[in-house]
Amino acid sequence: MSAALVSMKGIEKRFAGVHALRSCRFELLAGEVHALVGENGAGKSTMMKILTGVYQMDDGEIEFKGAPVQIADTKAAQKLGISMIHQELNLAPDLTVAQNIFIGREPRKWAGILLDDKKLNKQAEQLLKQMNLDIEPTSLVGSLTVAKQQMVEIVKAISYESQVLIMDEPTAALSDTEIEELFVMIGRLRARGVGIVYISHRMAELQRISDRITVMRDGSYIDTVPTKETTVDRIIAMMVGRELFHHASSDTLSQSREVVLDVRGLRRGKTIKNVSFQLRKGEILGLSGLIGAGRTELARAIFGADPIDSGEIYVRGKKVRIANPHQAVKEGIGYLSEDRKRYGCLVDLDVQSNVAISSFREFSKLSWMSKASIRESAEKVVENLKVKTPGVHQQMRNLSGGNQQKVIIGKWLTKDCDILIFDEPTRGIDIGAKSEIYKLLDSLARQGKSIIMMSSELPEILRMSHRILVMCEGRVTADLVNDGKLTQETIMQYATRREEELYA
Amino acid sequence: MKRTSLALEPQTPTGKQPFRFKSGFWQQFLAFGSLIVLLIVFSLASENFFQFSNIVGILLSTAVTGVLALGATFVIITGGIDLSVGTVMTLSAVMTGVSISFWGTPIWVGLLVGILTGALCGCVSGYAVSKLNIPPFIATLAMMMIAKGLALVISGTKPVYFTDAKGFTDISLGSLLGDIFPGFTIPNAVLIFFAAAIIGSLLLTRTLIGRYNFAIGSNEEATRLSGVNVGFWKIVIYTIAGVFTGIAGILIASRLNSAQPALGQGYELEAIAAVVIGGTSLSGGKGTIVGTVIGALIMSVLTNGLRILSVPQEWQTVVVGFVIFLAVYADMLRRKKAA
Repeated sequence: MSAALVSMKGIEKRFAGVHALRSCRFELLAGEVHALVGENGAGKSTMMKILTGVYQMDDGEIEFKGAPVQIADTKAAQKLGISMIHQELNLAPDLTVAQNIFIGREPRKWAGILLDDKKLNKQAEQLLKQMNLDIEPTSLVGSLTVAKQQMVEIVKAISYESQVLIMDEPTAALSDTEIEELFVMIGRLRARGVGIVYISHRMAELQRISDRITVMRDGSYIDTVPTKETTVDRIIAMMVGRELFHHASSDTLSQSREVVLDVRGLRRGKTIKNVSFQLRKGEILGLSGLIGAGRTELARAIFGADPIDSGEIYVRGKKVRIANPHQAVKEGIGYLSEDRKRYGCLVDLDVQSNVAISSFREFSKLSWMSKASIRESAEKVVENLKVKTPGVHQQMRNLSGGNQQKVIIGKWLTKDCDILIFDEPTRGIDIGAKSEIYKLLDSLARQGKSIIMMSSELPEILRMSHRILVMCEGRVTADLVNDGKLTQETIMQYATRREEELYA
Repeated sequence: MKRTSLALEPQTPTGKQPFRFKSGFWQQFLAFGSLIVLLIVFSLASENFFQFSNIVGILLSTAVTGVLALGATFVIITGGIDLSVGTVMTLSAVMTGVSISFWGTPIWVGLLVGILTGALCGCVSGYAVSKLNIPPFIATLAMMMIAKGLALVISGTKPVYFTDAKGFTDISLGSLLGDIFPGFTIPNAVLIFFAAAIIGSLLLTRTLIGRYNFAIGSNEEATRLSGVNVGFWKIVIYTIAGVFTGIAGILIASRLNSAQPALGQGYELEAIAAVVIGGTSLSGGKGTIVGTVIGALIMSVLTNGLRILSVPQEWQTVVVGFVIFLAVYADMLRRKKAA
């Protein structure tokens, strides 16, 4: 290994009051695969976006090959030879492989008037051959598998003479064989002296492919360690860090309670693989897992928002067929989306309309809406859930995130839903409002409502749930009773348990 | 789970076809097949249909909408839409008339003025879309009304006649081919339409403009991140559409030997219909000039054939409407299969 290719020191970044990065550092050597790990929101992406010129740092310095550099925009990064392979691929599906690789730099003929596609395809073919890839330069990118598209993007990056390649969760959409191919490719790049930043949650992969691992947590740099001298447990401990603040859930639920929701053998494509679980009356079931584990997909499938391939759902002992959200609501299931603004509420309407939106039928006789009863029930929601609003005529967009969330909860309560699925209920809500939402969930459970709560924040899951279901890659890897002894480390281990390890 | 090997599996070699053939093959085939079926059906239904004079009539009636549709194809492939082509065509015609009849310029200057008028309008629309970030639907809706109003203002709401300009009508209705091969009297408007189609096709498949056109329509963000000046190229593309619109304005003025300021609105929808029937996807990224030509022909063959069969004009419109339904539905099916 040689001198540092990239060295970032004392990096500071603030977003509208949030201190996203505090005095962070990162170093990449030529010919090194350097893994960057941390929980969701630890600051990995922000760090790499600064390196690729997407964001500007507030303070700190970046050195490239020993010389200080300013990376003012993405073009500047490209010029230095720093490329990033994003999770969503940046290719035009309707163009061919060759056209995508050379977009913006097309070879031309006839004094630059006509495109020289012959030369284009030949150059692309050479590049593909150099990387030992069997991809036709004239195939449409949209017709390739995701894995091959990713290879095309890597080739495109290499064709810019990139010396630094950042890969964000490159294996997220790949099958095992495809991952092997990717690793072979990474090996070749390493041999050429390219420095690779590898962002991934998959511990087993990091052990195989990386030379060093840098851990980040809550916007801070924790440590950099050679992969060979560390263990998965130690990395996870560094990622999770803080000691747990544990609100012992007062009463563990007796198993004799009525099962209100029974999901058996649910499958949907690649995202949900044979999931079964039960939800009891008055229970808060935490659903944990990393991004891409299939939590949201599972919730949407149960709620009928996406079709399922196979599986059965029983509500209060009765087998039901839920083909769309309308039927789910009829069975008393309510879903609170993680993306409130997009799916959860109608920001241009007022509070009372948002409360009543699912129950207009109950509020109306022969299509004539009873305004008085709508206002009445909206006022009840405002009072019971302590929504801070000047009145039920206030537009939703003027409410804070926490109060919007309360109104949405009120919507499902008004509809008499007693199975509530919360997807990231506290995302984008400030800390004070968070504890109010926690209290609300707790009292709902005490009133006999059954709750499924999804969250990427482990402390939140541990604090709230009676029972915890851990998912990884569409499978349930653990069903744990939250008896007070459960730790974040245990959950994390189940959350990163990939398929082959299960049977190993 | 689909497992593919990247380097180990031998692949069946694919032919060295140019990509646009692959991507547009089925949509073109569908449209072309429909055109042939229509021709056969109408020929069998009425002996008056497959006559030289009638075919020439069909081609002539295709020319104006066809040229408009060529320009619209460029814009639609970016994923945009141009609602202004109908009235901008009228404005171009009026400006040509003003130049020739009021200012007394030679005919060729008048033509240039008309084409530049179209190009300028396209350029403004393109600027509004790419630099001011106004959605194409709204930007070109505004341009549609601006052009409509300007055409009325400039002409004083009265038609501009080309009585003094000898030979102006020959641009559309004369026949160069007929002069060379007596009896083969195909009007110049048809030749101009086909010439414009060939140039359009070359632009779309052989030049940077076309390449970036498809790239922007396919994934604008990826194109931008690849260092392509997306804003500039969008303006170029809308300007090209404007040039085609200007040419259509000249064709219609010369055919009527006058510029009719109140005419024009509604042509943009026919042009868009032709593009869509020709298999160009409204979501962008896919489309061909050949498809658009066939789409425009299908529309005029339909109207012409139905008229020969004495179907009332109101019903002809209904039929064209259904054809658009079918064409877009076929496109949806195809895309679903591809996904």
